[in-house]
Amino acid sequence: MGFEEVAHTADWALRVWAVDLPGLFPEAARGMYALAGVKPVEGAARSAPVPQERVSFSKNTKKIRQFTADAPDIESLLVAFLSELVYVAEQEKLMYTGLVVGLFKSPEGWSLKVDLEAAPIVAINKAIKAVTYHNLHIQQTARGYEAEIVFDV
Amino acid sequence: MIGIHNLTKISDHEWEIPQSFRVDMRVPVRLFATLELLEQIIDDQSLEQAVNTATLPGLVGHVVVMPDIHQGYGIPIGGVAATEFPQGVISPGGVGYDINCGVRLLASDIEYEAALPHLDALATLLDRNCPSGVGVEGVVRVSIPELDQILREGSRWALKNGYASQSDLLRTEEGGCLVGARPDKVSERAKKRGHEQIGSVGAGNHFIEVDVVENIFDLQTAHSFGLRQRCLALQIHCGSRGLGHQVCTDYVQELQAAVRRYGIELPDRELVCAPMDSPEGQAYLGAMRAAANFAFANRQILAHSARRAFEQVFAGKLTGWELRQVYDITHNMGKIETHEVDSKQIKVCVHRKGATRAFGPGSSDLPAEYKNTGQPVLVPGSMGTASWVLVGTSESMLHSFGSSCHGAGRTMSRARAKREMRGEELRREMEARGIRVRAGSMSGLAEEAPQAYKDVDAVVETVCVAGLARKVARLRPVAVVKG
Repeated sequence: MGFEEVAHTADWALRVWAVDLPGLFPEAARGMYALAGVKPVEGAARSAPVPQERVSFSKNTKKIRQFTADAPDIESLLVAFLSELVYVAEQEKLMYTGLVVGLFKSPEGWSLKVDLEAAPIVAINKAIKAVTYHNLHIQQTARGYEAEIVFDV
Repeated sequence: MIGIHNLTKISDHEWEIPQSFRVDMRVPVRLFATLELLEQIIDDQSLEQAVNTATLPGLVGHVVVMPDIHQGYGIPIGGVAATEFPQGVISPGGVGYDINCGVRLLASDIEYEAALPHLDALATLLDRNCPSGVGVEGVVRVSIPELDQILREGSRWALKNGYASQSDLLRTEEGGCLVGARPDKVSERAKKRGHEQIGSVGAGNHFIEVDVVENIFDLQTAHSFGLRQRCLALQIHCGSRGLGHQVCTDYVQELQAAVRRYGIELPDRELVCAPMDSPEGQAYLGAMRAAANFAFANRQILAHSARRAFEQVFAGKLTGWELRQVYDITHNMGKIETHEVDSKQIKVCVHRKGATRAFGPGSSDLPAEYKNTGQPVLVPGSMGTASWVLVGTSESMLHSFGSSCHGAGRTMSRARAKREMRGEELRREMEARGIRVRAGSMSGLAEEAPQAYKDVDAVVETVCVAGLARKVARLRPVAVVKG
């Protein structure tokens, strides 16, 4: 699994990959936090701005709630998930670490269930305004599942 | 990638991508640019996005692309698309995430040489009075019910609460209030994002800038606008903050289902849309107007805060320090207007995304003081470079749905700008040129380096040669405040 920044004229873009679909969601979250330069409080899980390191739980994390979403397609689910993280980071000054993801497909579309554990944020370097659908296609590749996500900044 | 060979040259500054270029295009694309600018434009996906835009149902005339075009989401930045009202579509991607991002210009009679000893203090006070930066809250705190009033009334709320004068509202596009705003169509999440941000600049490419009116090209119009050569002016560039971003996010997600319901096929999901006379279209229109009013109020309160800074610095020391409003324009909006298409007057929704309204003399939408001249068209340059005050023309109504450019337009990614430029070096270079800089983030400053943008003089020259606007004044920065 992993992520890397890709060039975009006016905003930020991330390429993210994971061995399976459920793994793509927390990896996209880590990449997004890395782009935004999110810094957790001392003693909390290490993550951004150190890319490629696995985030870990710490005694300062706490379970907040269960996040659920339904969407007609997997890309919309990813946008809804990351948009939730953007909102919580901005409003509640919390970042999510140690994510547990349940992903279900039904005849109507896709459903996501996430048990969220969060750490308080000390600082955010860059403001992400929104998660966009621009060029967003989750595809199967040699690395598993891969997507390019563009963030409006 | 679309290349220059795919374009039909109409003149040295006007090109067309014909409707026949792709089978799903409903109208052609008309591009205003010189060959030199075009060679920059073809480096990203902006022309592909313009072609995608030309597939929207209900389009009339042609899709217009300005010389400051760059890649965006859905409609490119610098794009204008008009859909017939009411059955044509309205698209959140045609307005942008920062609903009513715009520019306000205020002028003074403070002569630059007299102000020079005080500019450092002014820059510092503007930075203090006008909060900017990531996660920074605004100077005004309102409850959610009071926020609903702001969403309904825009600058009129600011007038009622002592932050504006009647002249400010007259010299604001739409009088600072879009009628038909629907706060009930704005989500609670959007309101929570916005209610603590009133009176804040934000980050990214938003700024407050003190300028000198360096060159005047049309003395009579400059006089009507209130601009005096060698005197200070102030620009405020910002939008609807988190509230607008959330409104766009909400409706881009909601309309994903609407396009299926209405049988609309789109080449780009960020072009999601709904017929304006549908419940979904009406809901977005109401929410967009509410977010637009938030932005008008936001810039009004920032203007009030900036006026206090000018008073604190100059009152008792210089005369003529009061800031008077020149104009406030939006460059991300969808507006219902009447335009001539194929010799008929028709009502359309003009989506302007990174494009500025440029109505000419005689327009009934302009305040009395600008009916003879046409409206001010405000074009901020990239950081540390010139900005322009233009005036709208009658020709713009014929060629571009009464629209002109909005700025310099990016050419370089933020990642590359950060790799190639150092914020601290940029600040030193600007300070050496007499531009005081107050910036919350050095990496943010690097991202906004002028090398990352097109040449605003070339952009302005193009729109003026094309007849979309006329030059009135060129401004030179002397202080910049950024998040």
